[in-house]
Amino acid sequence: MAGPFLEFERPIAELESKIEELSQLAADGGPGGLMAEIEALRTRAREMRIEAYAGLDAWQKTQIARHPERPHFVDYVATLIEEFVELRGDRSFGDDQALMGGLGRFRGIPVMVMGHEKGHDTASRLKHNFGAARPEGYRKATRLMNLAEQFGLPVLSFVDTGGAYPGVGSEERGVAEAIARSTERCLTLGTPMIAVITGEGMSGGAIGIAAANKVLILEHGIYAVISPEGCASILMRDRNLAEDMAKAMKITAEDLIRFKIVDKIIPEPPGGAHQDPVATMMAVGDAVEAELKALLKLSPDGLRKQRADRFMAIRAG
Amino acid sequence: MAEDEKPKARQGWLARIAPGVRRLVSSRRETPDNLWVKCPDTGEMLYRPDLEAAKWVTPSGRHMRIGSQLRFSYTFDHGRYRLINLPKTPDDPLGFAHGKPYREVLASARKATGQNDAMAAATGEVGGVPCVILVQDFAFMGASLGTAAGEAFLAAADEAVKKKRPLVMFAASGGARMQEGALSLMQMARSTLAIQRLREARLPYVVVLTDPTYGGVTASYAMLGDVQLAEVGAAIGFSGRRVIEQTIREVLPAGFQTAEFQMDRGMVDQVVTREDLPVILGSVLRTLMMGRARLKAA
Repeated sequence: MAGPFLEFERPIAELESKIEELSQLAADGGPGGLMAEIEALRTRAREMRIEAYAGLDAWQKTQIARHPERPHFVDYVATLIEEFVELRGDRSFGDDQALMGGLGRFRGIPVMVMGHEKGHDTASRLKHNFGAARPEGYRKATRLMNLAEQFGLPVLSFVDTGGAYPGVGSEERGVAEAIARSTERCLTLGTPMIAVITGEGMSGGAIGIAAANKVLILEHGIYAVISPEGCASILMRDRNLAEDMAKAMKITAEDLIRFKIVDKIIPEPPGGAHQDPVATMMAVGDAVEAELKALLKLSPDGLRKQRADRFMAIRAG
Repeated sequence: MAEDEKPKARQGWLARIAPGVRRLVSSRRETPDNLWVKCPDTGEMLYRPDLEAAKWVTPSGRHMRIGSQLRFSYTFDHGRYRLINLPKTPDDPLGFAHGKPYREVLASARKATGQNDAMAAATGEVGGVPCVILVQDFAFMGASLGTAAGEAFLAAADEAVKKKRPLVMFAASGGARMQEGALSLMQMARSTLAIQRLREARLPYVVVLTDPTYGGVTASYAMLGDVQLAEVGAAIGFSGRRVIEQTIREVLPAGFQTAEFQMDRGMVDQVVTREDLPVILGSVLRTLMMGRARLKAA
């Protein structure tokens, strides 16, 4: 299996390490019939994984959504975008590598692509600030959307953040205003915009680049007004109750589609996106392509209207 | 997200609001207790009728938190206004029953404030300019942003567009209403869409930031005003103090995230006193609406 296993995967991980041992034994010329047993155990492990992933609760999904081996923005760009040219900086203060973006072509269609990047090892996680964007990230996003508007480029947005960065500099440079303007720019775009929640989409830091014509979510992605930990800390005064809050806030794809907060759920391979990143990214590409082709038929005003109608239709009951 | 409110929140919403307002809403009896209000800054006991005459501004200049009725009567000319009916929204859409069940929190907030939710809207004139005013009342669940507030914002913006009047937003909020999950998050986008209707109709949208304004509210309609005013001393930010202090592991200096801090950093056009506010607001609205009229005439 890929990467570190999650707590609920322990029995599967144990079985897999047993299979590993037996395989070693068979390779060293162990007793006959071993191969058949190994094969049976492999089948059992696969079934266990499918079973475990069929009935995941909100907290388990939270862990999968944050799995370090899950495909990230840079992976999606490398897999789905041709001739990507990164565009950096907000032209006002600096560049924020927690929210990246640039020009490229998606299956032949010229696009602007942007998204949160969490990084994949210690050095890159620090560089990308664990996907927690500062005001410059959102002002860059606004700038890139302006450019997209100017050249009629659809905007593809990949959402994966625990929230905007809560630091002194963020506050001093108006992170709230930067998010508000970025959200506003999404909503006024005259070109198609598709947002995909690939991992976690937490709080204003997510909606700042997710106020799109279509909002797609991966099967084990989560989308919420605040992280379960933050919610537990504020409402319950105990971060350890994050698991309860994850369940109470209705953050899973199935919950969100019921409220029309997301439009489509993209299935993940058995065991989650990290088990087969390429298949996951191709599935995302297919889903985005289908939505994009439909949206490209709409006029700029038609796109703005569809987007406004979409958000206005989201009601509590 | 009410993060700055955490230490006090254990005592319930009543403890979160200023002591004077707390007495005002929590006790209908004419006890002597009611006649005196402790200044949150100096600890001085203030005679309530004096404080009321000073629009709940203490001698030390602290602008105490006030509810929507007082805000309307202080802001509209001669205290005359008409309330706008706000749409009813379903309570507790997620069935949020962890901790103190959301339904119970709502019920006690309603009982204590006499309001259905945190947002109130009214129409009247300010400096002779007809306008719509929206007020968030922090006494109601920290004026957190949920579907009720979102719908109220849309209704007030629609009324402004229909009557061709400016919209003035007195923002106050701890942030999103977590008990409504992502539905709360969606109100950031929906209110922003309502602002676009005002922009398309070239109607002024003026924000007055009051104490305190945080989280998803600051990160949406509270930062999108054509003109941004803030009341003296108001705490305004995205993340609460405590969250930032935990992140940077340092104690933040006094004055961080105040109205004055925000003005110095370019987020607010003017910091105004409660006393001066109606006059300044009237001037802003008059000039913008005169510009609009000349455009329409041309």
